[in-house]
Amino acid sequence: MTEQSAMRTAFTGSELLAVMASRLLRDGQIVFAGIGIPLLAATLAQRNFAPHLTILFEGGTIGPFIVPGELPPSTNEQRCTRRANMVLPITDVLLLLQRGYVDVGFMGGAQIDRFGNLNSSYIGDAANPKIRLPGTGGGNDISSLTNMIVAMKHEKRRFVRDVDFITSPGWIEGRNSRAERGLPQGGMWRVVTDLAILGFEERTREMQVLALHEGVTREQVQDNTGFDLTFAERLETTPPPTAAELAVLRHLDPERLYTA
Amino acid sequence: MAGTGELVIPYAKLRERTAERDRGLREKVMSLEDAAALVKDGDHVAIGGCTVSRTPMAMVWALIRARRRDLTISRSITSTEGDLFYASGVSRHVITSWFTQGIVWGVSKVMRHHTENKLARYDEWSHMSIGLRYRAGAMGVPFMPTRSMVGSGVADRLGDEVKTMTCPFTGEEITLLPALNPDVALIHVQRCDAYGNAQLDGLQFMDIDMAMAANRVILTTERIVSNDQIRRQPDQTRIPFFTVDAVVEVPYGCAPHECYGVYEPFFEHLDLYAAMSGKDPIAGTREYLEKYYYGPASWSEYLSLLGMEALLDASRRGRSVIND
Repeated sequence: MTEQSAMRTAFTGSELLAVMASRLLRDGQIVFAGIGIPLLAATLAQRNFAPHLTILFEGGTIGPFIVPGELPPSTNEQRCTRRANMVLPITDVLLLLQRGYVDVGFMGGAQIDRFGNLNSSYIGDAANPKIRLPGTGGGNDISSLTNMIVAMKHEKRRFVRDVDFITSPGWIEGRNSRAERGLPQGGMWRVVTDLAILGFEERTREMQVLALHEGVTREQVQDNTGFDLTFAERLETTPPPTAAELAVLRHLDPERLYTA
Repeated sequence: MAGTGELVIPYAKLRERTAERDRGLREKVMSLEDAAALVKDGDHVAIGGCTVSRTPMAMVWALIRARRRDLTISRSITSTEGDLFYASGVSRHVITSWFTQGIVWGVSKVMRHHTENKLARYDEWSHMSIGLRYRAGAMGVPFMPTRSMVGSGVADRLGDEVKTMTCPFTGEEITLLPALNPDVALIHVQRCDAYGNAQLDGLQFMDIDMAMAANRVILTTERIVSNDQIRRQPDQTRIPFFTVDAVVEVPYGCAPHECYGVYEPFFEHLDLYAAMSGKDPIAGTREYLEKYYYGPASWSEYLSLLGMEALLDASRRGRSVIND
């Protein structure tokens, strides 16, 4: 086994997602995070290089203190409030998005399409769905009102040309359609997967590969995507997770609830 | 009724209903069963709390036992209680933004079975939209403007229930959400007095707007405290007595969900429920309802079924959150 392949087996896909997503955050930002990878990524950023980053939960918490080994099971549960700066009613914390205080929203979904629209409502036709999914929760509000980072596994069944239903709007039909539909602010900014980091071409707003994770080929990314991707002219390679990053993650989630 | 007829209750009718209510400072303490009788078949019932937090489970339990029919249920985020409303036949219509037992248990098989087979409706709104609808209801205005929900299938699916208008000040197209004035709101708090002055700790969710918007409020509480104790910290009172119609003292009234600072969720029981309902959304929930809802003679007997160990463990974990 080469040294490089030994490195690649040393972390899980979920850990890779959390690390890569955390690196996209900046100190001082206000980040709307969900449970699981988003919360781990935001907390990792906080502990590594962004001590002034603030996490918001849709349950109403501003600036929670995450206790290692006691990750909350939802954003609406009392563990989320531990040593927080403030708790607000749900409506008011979501209104902070509308007012424009939030830099980044952070979430996943069952499906994403080439314009970054997310689906967490229906598989199949919405009027006669094959599967009824849980629905938007705060996803629609977050994606409508701020810039989004999506973290999800890179699979063909998830990366589809057109989502079955737009639960959380991305760039809708590309180009200026988002603003024309009444969403002049925010939009899908980055999609982090276990293979690559993707963005959206500025003019067409179509998904584009910006960087490949170490050891991943262009073909691999395309083969796992249900539509044609373009690749950035200066395609980068992301450095793999460091031992220090992985140590923080494993300290936060010792039982591997979200990183197995 | 809001759930069955017009989308927004006309203002005159809303005021008339408020005027008819007894708003005197009087005692309203009653049993779970008597409080359940205040809910009529066909009512729109709003459920306080969110996901597995501060859910008024004892009242949910009482309504299911009372075999209410055709309730329209609204809630910020719907969990186990939504499953049980569907499975028991008490409701075939839920208005919410997210409906599943919880992230750690995956998609609800009960919700899926009922909606995919068109046995029940799940009207999906955005989270903030539900909150703004209660807020409009609380403010006594017919709608609330928002910048969310446009450009998605969520607004499209709701059809005429969502409108747009040109803002008379800026000329922008803006989305309008209809006010929600539930017939009854069920809210669980940590403490209140016999009149219904309620103090709640921790996450408030949408409960305050919900209480103000509703035409009746049934409060369940971990404990009833004296009016003197309320008056010592009036700034902590979130729901005023004159919006409240019933006060029921029910310790562990959110079990198996959590009550901030008192107990955390009963995870093992929720695992058990997920296993039973997941295996068979019909037979599994029927078995669950028989054992835990229709079987026990009282709420205390229901708590006994959850078990002393589970109660003590949930309480220990609940206290730890504010006791570090």
